[in-house]
Amino acid sequence: MAAYSRFIVPALLGGCVIFLIVGSLQSSLFAQQTVSGLANGGIYASLGVALVLIYRATQVINFAQGAIATFTTYVAWQLMTWGLSYWPAFFLTLAIAFVGGTLLELITIRPVERRGNVLTVVIATLGVLILVEGSVGWIWGAEIRFMPPAFPAKGIHVGGVSFSLQDLGTIGISIASVVVLWALFKFTKIGLAMRAAAFRPDAARLVGVRVSWMLSLGWGLAAMLGAVAGMMAAASPSVLLQPNMMDGILIYSFAAAVLGGLESPAGAVVAGLLIGAMLNLLGSYVSWITPQLLLPAAFVLMLVVLLVKPSGLFGRTQVRRV
Amino acid sequence: MKARALLIGIVALAVALMPFILSDYNRSQGAEVAVFAMAILGLNVVTGYTGQISIGHGAFMALGGYTTAILTHDHGWNDIATLPVALLVGFVAGVVVGVPALRFHGAYLALLTFAFALAVPQVAKNYSSFTGGTEGLALPTHTGMWLYGVAWGCTAAIYVVTVFLLHGRTGRAFRAARDSEVAAASSGVSLALYKTFAFGVSAAFAAVAGSIYVLINNFVNPDVFGLTLSLYILIGAVVGGLGSLWGILVGAAFVQLLPIGLTSSHVISAEGVPVLFGAIVIIVMALVPRGSAEVLRLAMGLPNRIRRSHDSSTPHSLEAR
Amino acid sequence: MPSLLELQEVDARYGPVRALHGVTLTVGEGEIVALLGANGAGKTTTLRAVSGTVRRGGTILFDGKELRGGPEAVARRGVAHVPEGRGTFSELTVWENLRLGAYTRRGSIEADIKESLASFPWLEERRNQQAGTLSGGEQQMLAIARAMMQRPKLLMVDEPSLGLAPLVVAEIFRNLKTYNEQQGLTVLLVEQNARNSLAVSHRAYLLETGRVVLSGESDELAQHEGIRRSYLGY
Repeated sequence: MAAYSRFIVPALLGGCVIFLIVGSLQSSLFAQQTVSGLANGGIYASLGVALVLIYRATQVINFAQGAIATFTTYVAWQLMTWGLSYWPAFFLTLAIAFVGGTLLELITIRPVERRGNVLTVVIATLGVLILVEGSVGWIWGAEIRFMPPAFPAKGIHVGGVSFSLQDLGTIGISIASVVVLWALFKFTKIGLAMRAAAFRPDAARLVGVRVSWMLSLGWGLAAMLGAVAGMMAAASPSVLLQPNMMDGILIYSFAAAVLGGLESPAGAVVAGLLIGAMLNLLGSYVSWITPQLLLPAAFVLMLVVLLVKPSGLFGRTQVRRV
Repeated sequence: MKARALLIGIVALAVALMPFILSDYNRSQGAEVAVFAMAILGLNVVTGYTGQISIGHGAFMALGGYTTAILTHDHGWNDIATLPVALLVGFVAGVVVGVPALRFHGAYLALLTFAFALAVPQVAKNYSSFTGGTEGLALPTHTGMWLYGVAWGCTAAIYVVTVFLLHGRTGRAFRAARDSEVAAASSGVSLALYKTFAFGVSAAFAAVAGSIYVLINNFVNPDVFGLTLSLYILIGAVVGGLGSLWGILVGAAFVQLLPIGLTSSHVISAEGVPVLFGAIVIIVMALVPRGSAEVLRLAMGLPNRIRRSHDSSTPHSLEAR
Repeated sequence: MPSLLELQEVDARYGPVRALHGVTLTVGEGEIVALLGANGAGKTTTLRAVSGTVRRGGTILFDGKELRGGPEAVARRGVAHVPEGRGTFSELTVWENLRLGAYTRRGSIEADIKESLASFPWLEERRNQQAGTLSGGEQQMLAIARAMMQRPKLLMVDEPSLGLAPLVVAEIFRNLKTYNEQQGLTVLLVEQNARNSLAVSHRAYLLETGRVVLSGESDELAQHEGIRRSYLGY
């Protein structure tokens, strides 16, 4: 059995991909739902990678990740309301998210980490969740806002099927942001230092890496990814820009991170896209699965994964710290 | 020991006499404090004493609340009669949740209960034929006095039960489970049983709290028991101090009364309350992970009655390094 | 010869347990100094006290100035610490490990890489291999190569021969000797194998339960009755 276990995961994934491709070729509705599902999945993937980044380095589950994403999305909205056009606002928001995320870690998490352990930090992230989500309501109020879309509401026709430009754009931007992050980690000195700090903090200190700074920067990068996820989400027709916008999406992103293996960014991406596509298809084709049941479905998925294979699809089977 | 009993007596007397000097509205506010006290007490049993963290207690409150609502609204039951049913439903649900919860530790359990807290209201919205969906169910009203009496009566009953549980063999088992799994297992304590039992009890308390909450507001819909409620229960537990019975009253009063006090005296707007609460949670975790009960305890020089002299009153998992 | 490293009455503790009691020693520039002693004598703790990895009291002077702060600051002052267990980044590649060694360096590191490859030619063909999959000896050599990338003034090595075959150990000590003779590298060596460390070092200190009990020139200590009996086996 052990000899075959290496093939289970690739086989499963391969099967899913084949299923999606064949179905899309058969039915244009299937194809459309797959693509818009992948667009959702791109959002889950971005936020999922943000969660994995922080978990990998600190073993902390950052419950505030969604709220931070919401906050940065509102910042983008505000910039656009003040007259900035879409893409300048987008990139300015990314910069603000980076700085904000780094400062947030410095002010709220660092003091707790000094004296506490993982669990106190997790509770602190819940505090940050309440604080940040509350700040959104405090600054901008609870009314639903309208976020201008990133792409014009056009359809792209491929092989006789019409896909939404917004959906394709979302998939593209999500993947692009993850790839850029990967390149940063792989090819830059500071990316290397961040990885070293995440994997072996003690050894990293000995070569002169300021490990706590690396963690703060990690939060900054995670906030940037969250901002991408948030801005793409707000542009999606099924999501409204309101203070609790990312609560549900956070759960799907957790499910993606767990399914992919909490320490694997690549896993979060693959799992995120898969979850997005599958949930959308389930919702369209299975009649008793209403939109409200999708969140409980994600919860059940997380539960099953953690019970059966806690390291997820791509994680290492040994758990570093309990 | 005597100072302790005296203090409890004074507090009990104060609570019992308070409604006579309060307005009807304030009495129902007082009843809501009791609701939080019960829920926080439930959370304490599981998180403070056995070290399993749960951010999903709002969901258990929802179960109790909907049980009461459906039984009174659709089947004409007497309100008080629904409370034992809610207790049972909560216990069963807690045990059902507690069994898989055994497999997870710390952050994973927090994650799952967090998702649980968000998932349950969605299920309630979905099966609207049972639950009245998003429009909810409306229930008959009660006087503030009645609510206050029922709420605090239940709280007192639950408190007494908890004290008995924690004093006896169950309590020792709880603390053993919390402090060292290996040691507990090797001393013959069936950890799985006690942990599951703790979850069941904890959920049962939350369910009763939910029932009374629904009776106070004479209304229920899925949003009432959303994520915010679970988080506020946790805030109350954290501020009050996990693993401490004193802190529960402090925490409950904090969560229920502080926002009202601040907004009605216009110190901050209603939207500013979560900002303040979030900041307070972070500050508490940074400075006093054991919560205000520890501070109070130290200030008054009183030992915590539940703690034996050689025990630690801090949940092992929250001990500062 | 000026002293590069000076420990004056240094204490250290792990929680309630005191590991060092007033350790005083010096390492001169261009010297190889060995710390000898049994398990638990405090050799590793001494290195940790220097690199700031453990809380300590007393004074440590490096290059004339007081040495303060945690490992990051100490590394920046020019101290390279190869710890027990090597401190290799197992999840990263050989190449990435070397690059990390040069983290505190500004400017081009090409010359240093060439030097590392000259000392350990096999690094070139393994450059993309995950460091954790290397053999024990290779990891140890990688750790030393990584430390050298820092261009340190002082190299501290903890138990380099642990678990390694004699041939590999000999190669490692040969390298240390070469660095010392050709580049003037100062080395502070912790090694349980007294014979090897006395052979390669100029001076040595003997530690017992956190105190310095004996010190002197290595060749003299090698003849010392007590050392011969307890540590050299004859």
